[in-house]
Amino acid sequence: MAFQLDSKVPEGPIKDKWTNHRFNMKLVNPANKRKFKVLVVGSGLAGASAAASLAELGYHVECFCFQDSPRRAHSIAAQGGINAAKNYPNDGDSVWRLFYDTVKGGDYRAREANVYRLAEVANNIIDQCVAQGVPFAREYGGMLDNRSFGGAQVSRTFYARGQTGQQLLLGAYQALERQIGKGTVRMHVRSEMLDVVKKDGRAVGIISRDLVTGEMKRFAGDAVLLCTGGYGNVFYLSTNAMGCNVTAAYRAYKRGAGFANPCYTQIHPTCIPVSSEHQSKLTLMSESLRNDGRVWVPKQKNDQRAPNDIPEDERDYYLERRYPSFGNLVPRDVASRAAKERCDAGYGVGATGYAVFLDFAAAIERVGEDVIRARYGNLFQMYEKITGENPYKVPMRIYPASHYTMGGLWVDYNLMTTVPGLFALGEANFSDHGANRLGASALMQGLSDGYFVAPYTVGNYLAEEVPLDGSGAVATDDPAFEQVEKEVQDRINRLMSVGGKKSVESFHKRLGQIVWDQCGMGRSREGLEQALRDIPKLREEFWNEVFVPGNANEFNPEVEKAGRVADFLEFAEVLCEDALAREESCGGHFREEHQTPEGEALRNDEQFAHAAVWEYKGDNVRPELSKEELTFENVKLTTRSYK
Amino acid sequence: MKLTLHVWRQAGPQDRGRMETLQVDGITSDMSFLEMLDKANEDLIHDGKEPVAFDHDCREGICGTCSMVIDGVAHGPQEGTTTCQLHMRAFKDGDSIHIEPFRSRAFPVIKDLVVDRGSFDRIIAAGGFVSVDTGSAQDANNLPVRKKDADMAMDAAACIGCGACVASCPNGSAMLFVAAKMGHLAHLPQGQAEHKERALSMVAQMDAEGFGACSNHYECEAVCPKEIPATFIGSMNREFLKSSLCPDS
Repeated sequence: MAFQLDSKVPEGPIKDKWTNHRFNMKLVNPANKRKFKVLVVGSGLAGASAAASLAELGYHVECFCFQDSPRRAHSIAAQGGINAAKNYPNDGDSVWRLFYDTVKGGDYRAREANVYRLAEVANNIIDQCVAQGVPFAREYGGMLDNRSFGGAQVSRTFYARGQTGQQLLLGAYQALERQIGKGTVRMHVRSEMLDVVKKDGRAVGIISRDLVTGEMKRFAGDAVLLCTGGYGNVFYLSTNAMGCNVTAAYRAYKRGAGFANPCYTQIHPTCIPVSSEHQSKLTLMSESLRNDGRVWVPKQKNDQRAPNDIPEDERDYYLERRYPSFGNLVPRDVASRAAKERCDAGYGVGATGYAVFLDFAAAIERVGEDVIRARYGNLFQMYEKITGENPYKVPMRIYPASHYTMGGLWVDYNLMTTVPGLFALGEANFSDHGANRLGASALMQGLSDGYFVAPYTVGNYLAEEVPLDGSGAVATDDPAFEQVEKEVQDRINRLMSVGGKKSVESFHKRLGQIVWDQCGMGRSREGLEQALRDIPKLREEFWNEVFVPGNANEFNPEVEKAGRVADFLEFAEVLCEDALAREESCGGHFREEHQTPEGEALRNDEQFAHAAVWEYKGDNVRPELSKEELTFENVKLTTRSYK
Repeated sequence: MKLTLHVWRQAGPQDRGRMETLQVDGITSDMSFLEMLDKANEDLIHDGKEPVAFDHDCREGICGTCSMVIDGVAHGPQEGTTTCQLHMRAFKDGDSIHIEPFRSRAFPVIKDLVVDRGSFDRIIAAGGFVSVDTGSAQDANNLPVRKKDADMAMDAAACIGCGACVASCPNGSAMLFVAAKMGHLAHLPQGQAEHKERALSMVAQMDAEGFGACSNHYECEAVCPKEIPATFIGSMNREFLKSSLCPDS
């Protein structure tokens, strides 16, 4: 049976929906809040802010992270900033404009009501973070400073040097630690959720593995919040942290949660390129560099000359050539595809031929090296540490890399998945960015979900669905827990007993290569069908030939990796199925069959203005597709043009 | 290049541990230090042996997870650099490299190079925050902050909580870490209401965790990957002293 997808978007004008909804939602009185327990999986911006806020309200919270401290979640790596419609610069910004830009930037594939709410609470986030002591950049008068970012014509981005993610996460982490100190949150570090436990259709707990002892643990809760980030590591190489994985979301999918729009993946144009086969991860160079850097490749194929030896008239500034009005500042998806097109055609540079130049010579000549150093010093330094080259003298070499995933668990307006009691927040859900996320919007969404949405909507669920007398509570010795724990343990035993010769890492690399080649920046029916033949074969080989050293009852990072890669090997198929079914190009999803004669993305609003929601139907069975039609009552659908 | 690694191996907290020698070949100068260890581990796995356990996550120098002492220096030879951002061009063919965990009484070893830094979280839980519940904030610009103060707070807030300061200190002191958090919050008007309690409770927790005291070696400043100056320790001492002598004024 396909999903009955009820988005639960409240009635009324978009400006009043959240206000009315907050009034209409049921409340849990303060004395009763302590009767409920909420499990929060993940401690990034979404998880830490939700756990802290729910505990402040009086709920019992248990929070889990696989890292050694909640402060290390990968939200920490965000560089650029966080958007809000404060309109402090008086440049015409408003909640409506932030809403509009975000829907448009997402190529009209997000749910309007959710995006509006995001824009609406964004200002509260800035207030909250400042009150916590987040050291945002300020002007000499003591007021907050703003800068501009891609996809917007106003300056609405708040930032803390190049470490905005870190500072926001530390704010949320400190709020969380404050509650841990008070005993209202129990924190479980080095603890990885491996499955969701359901009873009578509701989520009632999780099974997690203690990563230090290898012990399986059962946790019961009245609601479960997955704040577990995105699945960018399906490409193996990405700007994600090494530990980022799809396991929690994928396990939830296998227990009945719909997975929406997995094919919406964001490939960031400015990353340091792959240098050797031993490369383990890719590093982002902030989008802000494109404000002053000019992107080019040689006009001559396979040109081996050093960049500074190539005369001006033999350089192809292809972004300026193709998009004269936006030039080097086209959105991420457009810039990435253009780099790929040049490199595929044989004009790429560097040892592998898969890189383009990002050149600051013109900017340095215009404003001087000191000004460029003041603007980007830390990034230039990071580049030099990694590549050993001085970008003040030699153009940077960059290439696109997997960075963020817009797709995720389908959630309704209340952030609840198709499994009652199971919520998804932040990058783990699909809700706000459509087919392409604008810069400085990920931090906004994670904190919006955690600080200002979930604390209301989770309360509403508990008040409506969970009896106060405790009759709905499920004990951890319930057969439902026993069964799931056994399945999780069996799977680990199977992994340990394969006894092959190939490392987990080698399979992850090979999977990444398939997905990157066939379901990366450009996708075609032929390629996706090939991937759907190759992935099951690789999965079979994995289960026959993988070697997981050591044993599972101890601290063993190979066991952790093996479980995550096993899940990626299944999830990759859902990703490719979705890319195959979406016969249009939009945002981060570019189907080669669907492009204009000039090579631009060609959307098909008539047939594909929907969220594609996939339902697990059994191992090695094609998942079933359900659709949530997206209606646009407030935003006019147009073709994004940057020419 | 070809290298000889002398790596600390310790099966668990109860094990005594020992140095083990590994040979690793095929290392290129553009690999990161952790990618070099990945290669060594792939070789071990290929031979059916257990790989060396080490902590790491973001591999871009910001999460603070990676933690090892390389040739006697926390995070290795390059200044202002975490282990994950250290690249093999800092070494040459034929080098011998000694790799050990961050050692300190307050950081017990879990396995090989992996240590438990939970004591840092407990210090933050004791008072390293501003007590403000979600939803109770005023408009962000109602509270101007001098740019100089905001910048100073940011300098301190750059701490990534890696623990290199502790590992390098002959006393196993966590004072640079604690001073960085206190310095971050003390330079801002937010949370002034509780700054004395904060100083007292963070220091009390620091002592309870078994960290030593500062005796001005400045090793912490030298190894800090975020180059946080030890002058913050001076401010912390002043803050602590004021709070201890006049807790109610």
